[in-house]
Amino acid sequence: MSKIVVLGSGISGHTAACFLRKYLAKNHQITVISPAKKYNWIPSNVWVGVGDMKPEQVLFDLEPIYKKANIEYINAKATKIYPEGSNNIASPFVVVEEIASKSEKIIEYDYLINATGPKLNFDATEGLGPSKNSQSICSATHAVQAWENLSSQIKEMKAGKNKTIVIGIGHGMATCQGAAFEYLFNVESKLKREGVRERAKIIYMTNEYELGDFGMGGMHLKYGGYIVHSKTFTESLFAEREIFWIKRAHPIKIDKNKIEYETLDGAFHEQEFDFAMLIPPFAGVGLKAFNKNGEDITSSLFLPNGFMKVDGNYNPKPYSEWDAEDWPKTLQNPTYKNIFAIGIAFAPPHPISKPMQTPNKTTISPTAPRTGMPSAMMGKAVAQSIANLIKGKNKPLHTASMAKLGAACVASTGTGLFSGTAVSITVYPIVPDFKRFPEYGRDLKYTFGEIGLAGHWIKLLLHYAFIYKAKQKPFWYIIPE
Amino acid sequence: MVENRKPYEQAFFASKPLWFTKFLRTFFLWQLIKFIIINVKMTLMILKSHRG
Repeated sequence: MSKIVVLGSGISGHTAACFLRKYLAKNHQITVISPAKKYNWIPSNVWVGVGDMKPEQVLFDLEPIYKKANIEYINAKATKIYPEGSNNIASPFVVVEEIASKSEKIIEYDYLINATGPKLNFDATEGLGPSKNSQSICSATHAVQAWENLSSQIKEMKAGKNKTIVIGIGHGMATCQGAAFEYLFNVESKLKREGVRERAKIIYMTNEYELGDFGMGGMHLKYGGYIVHSKTFTESLFAEREIFWIKRAHPIKIDKNKIEYETLDGAFHEQEFDFAMLIPPFAGVGLKAFNKNGEDITSSLFLPNGFMKVDGNYNPKPYSEWDAEDWPKTLQNPTYKNIFAIGIAFAPPHPISKPMQTPNKTTISPTAPRTGMPSAMMGKAVAQSIANLIKGKNKPLHTASMAKLGAACVASTGTGLFSGTAVSITVYPIVPDFKRFPEYGRDLKYTFGEIGLAGHWIKLLLHYAFIYKAKQKPFWYIIPE
Repeated sequence: MVENRKPYEQAFFASKPLWFTKFLRTFFLWQLIKFIIINVKMTLMILKSHRG
């Protein structure tokens, strides 16, 4: 019998645990350790943030799902990893802190999957975050608060007041521009539906060098008989909706109604606001690692940003030498072969967008996105690899390199069948590979952008299909990641 | 004139759709066809991703 421990119950961890249960016989024990009691289908938080969905529609209890699936669930936070065991315990183990009792517990494992997701690093920017001066949609609770704040602004607009709304990123090295982009379009649509659009000046604040970068260095699309860069596509969307934008920006301080920010040219500016939703930068959750003698080996397992090292090429090199081959494939830790890291928890070898610095040496460029679809694919691939290793097969490990995975971003507004519209962007591969696709780094057959009702139907379909899948309903596994 | 579309303001340089393009975005039959096309393209992309 093998014991597999999954740290985290987000998109990647939940996918990995569910597929492991499917691939392995009942005598193998699968344990999910998560500080969250509920699963959150995060991509739909944007609808909660504009009041178009209730939080119950994007959340469900994990315990009954895991009980039914014969997966052990522990509501706790992992704090330490002992990959060699200790002087008293021979097998590797993790130390967890139970959420209810706050007591420490030791969980032994044969295989460990680190799917802890990000620490939302609001502290990186002074005044950033829902407990301070800006809103977030990174969790359902944050999205509810964002909507409460936005709805009170809408009431004031209905009473005749003009408002400035800023949506974007809260730090020069933040990622997840896609989420900010989706929320921006949802807010704009909501204001139109509430009849107050003309009362709002909407500004998109981003660390992207150009609009449409999305932390992936942008992309080229076939559109209107041309091959256009996503900059052209995105600027057109903004211009059509009369949305202003501030690019190449690094917010330094968020005051109650003012953002102080630096731009890539080294200049400092201020932007006033009445409502701001700013995505924080991500960091690792702060797991520590110790060897058999109790010595701290955190730096050998994790990069300084807290993300776990896997089979990527972490040797620093200039942008011109970046290669798709640098990106991790099996997501296996090179030192401890029974440890894997997936989703946001694995350390990217470098960003995808070209790093940029101001004359003041402030880095302003997005870090690599690795949420949603690629996270789930990594979860499935690692589950397949571990199942094969347990079954003693000599097959090579399964791979899920971001240089071989595609991703879709559907920014959809409204939740009705005929009232919404959407911007659908699909990219393949996520990390451009100029050896396979010399001209643009991507396969233009699978990299495309569309605007219209059809994308909205797809977003609705994905919402219901992925929640059905995550709830482990009949034939859940035939729904692709 | 919209503020950010004045000459040399940021949106002045961006392309904007004409009425027919906008009409197609919500025209049910065209969107039904698009729905099928996008689904097929996304499915192919997902299959390609799974194959590595």
